[in-house]
Amino acid sequence: MDSATLYVLAAAVLFGLGLDGLIVCEHLMRKLFALNIMGSAIFILLVATSAPINDKPDPVPQALVLTGIVVAVSATAFGLALIVRLCRESGKATLSVDDEPENDD
Amino acid sequence: MTTEALALIVFLPLLAAVGSLVLPRPALGVMIRIGLLPLPILLLVPTVEVVRNGGYRVMMAGYDAPLGISWQLDPLSLLMLWLNVGMTIFVSLHASFSFPADHPKADRFWPLWLMLFSAMNALLLSADLFNIYVTLELVTLTAIGLIAIEGKSLALRAAMRYLLLALLGSLLYLLGVGLMYGQTGVLDLYLMAEYLSTGWLAPTAIAIMLVGLLIKAAIFPLHAWLPAAHGNAPGPVSAILSAMVVKVSIYLIWRIWFWTLADWELEHAARLLGILGALAILYGSLAALVQQRLKMVIAYSTVAQLGYLLLVIPLANSLAFQAGSYHLLSHGLAKAAMFLAAANILRSVGTDRLSRLAGVDQRLPLDVFALALGGVSIMGLPPSGGFLAKWLFLQAAWQAQAWEFVLLIATGGLLAAAYLFRVLAVVCLHPRHRRHLPPPNRVPDLASIAALLLAVAAILAGFTSAPVLNLVQSGLPPGLLP
Repeated sequence: MDSATLYVLAAAVLFGLGLDGLIVCEHLMRKLFALNIMGSAIFILLVATSAPINDKPDPVPQALVLTGIVVAVSATAFGLALIVRLCRESGKATLSVDDEPENDD
Repeated sequence: MTTEALALIVFLPLLAAVGSLVLPRPALGVMIRIGLLPLPILLLVPTVEVVRNGGYRVMMAGYDAPLGISWQLDPLSLLMLWLNVGMTIFVSLHASFSFPADHPKADRFWPLWLMLFSAMNALLLSADLFNIYVTLELVTLTAIGLIAIEGKSLALRAAMRYLLLALLGSLLYLLGVGLMYGQTGVLDLYLMAEYLSTGWLAPTAIAIMLVGLLIKAAIFPLHAWLPAAHGNAPGPVSAILSAMVVKVSIYLIWRIWFWTLADWELEHAARLLGILGALAILYGSLAALVQQRLKMVIAYSTVAQLGYLLLVIPLANSLAFQAGSYHLLSHGLAKAAMFLAAANILRSVGTDRLSRLAGVDQRLPLDVFALALGGVSIMGLPPSGGFLAKWLFLQAAWQAQAWEFVLLIATGGLLAAAYLFRVLAVVCLHPRHRRHLPPPNRVPDLASIAALLLAVAAILAGFTSAPVLNLVQSGLPPGLLP
């Protein structure tokens, strides 16, 4: 097994773990972390599957991953801020269907 | 000249957003005007170019792809840009009453609002799958910030659910992009097709990407986040969310389907997307019929109306494409008008529960009129823009001999009439249920007029369709049936 295959397999495992966490975990912070793990899996995949150009690594995927990390960091920060607000407002950090109020008046 | 104009269409609102964030409050009004008002004039330059020569492409700052940023403008993206600019300016007129400069949240609202505007313009211009990812993410994050801006519990929960699903959607999209780049080494939306080789990898990547975009476009059964998010956001935000933000994801689905995948045989996948669209129309309309709150009726109506936009894919003829493009336009105008009118009603009465709205027509005649006119276009009654779009859809289905879609489009129109007449009946026609409404909370006349102007535009779209349809006709995707 060459190293690229190994990375792709690792990415697949991470992506699966993340997806499972996103669906199964109730706590919003865990859901957000799960999304981050899925993001990391995609970044690994982007770098691992790019073909070298003239025996040098292709710079494009690395630029993409760098941009992707910036996007992921901002999205995570925003998500955390939203969770804090939600927690202050409702006293818990979950979204369960059964306590959805029917109306707000 | 055209490159500069295009760059300003994206950067002027962005600079104004930064300005309104860092400059002291008295500068807010100036910044908003700088970010919005020059845009229609700037947009005239590329419009002339597109009408003369079809589409064209620019490389920002002279760097070549793939590290440079390439933008492409064609008739479809031009139509979307005009829709975005026009809609945002009209809705901003309303927002300037919901969030005036002395409102405590005004210094948060306007930067996000201008940034959302700029991000959508950038998305519509991008010709490269990764730039589209970045702009899509910008659109989502600013939109969610706007939903949660008032900090009400229901809106926060809706924003959180939207955030989780939207991030999942963009990650799936990015995964698809990554797989495709790994195989082809290009990111260009229009060149990708030449490099994709046969085998299972490319279809898998495309399928993953489309699922991501379908989540963002809130297509049944991935619509669960939309009604709560659109129904609980502040009025102007609901309007722009329903009129533009979900549409840009549909626009991307069309782009990928009709441009990148133009040469592929995708009959089964097209059928599947058609079925999703049909289910969205039926489910959204039925759900709208049983909602207890006005804004939720309008939000579920969006779920239904988005379904029509997917019908373009299985019908796949030029009439269907024109119908879809016109539906984008007329639904955007009508839906924005209805959400703004609903926001005024909510502000005046203090609630938008249908059971408490009897008699609102006497207090807010302009808003109820705007709501009704918008409704006429959504139902597809002549002579509105909505009628024209549905009529073109019927012709397209007839031409493709897709009788089930003919039936579906007729049923969808009837269901839309049912859920909208239910609202109007409650508001206007129940003298016995008229109660003494609480003392009115005054709505500024201009806020009502903004809603009415959009509604009138939705009706007028039924009369002056030729320029738009000719424009769309001049930029049909390659490989469509005539």
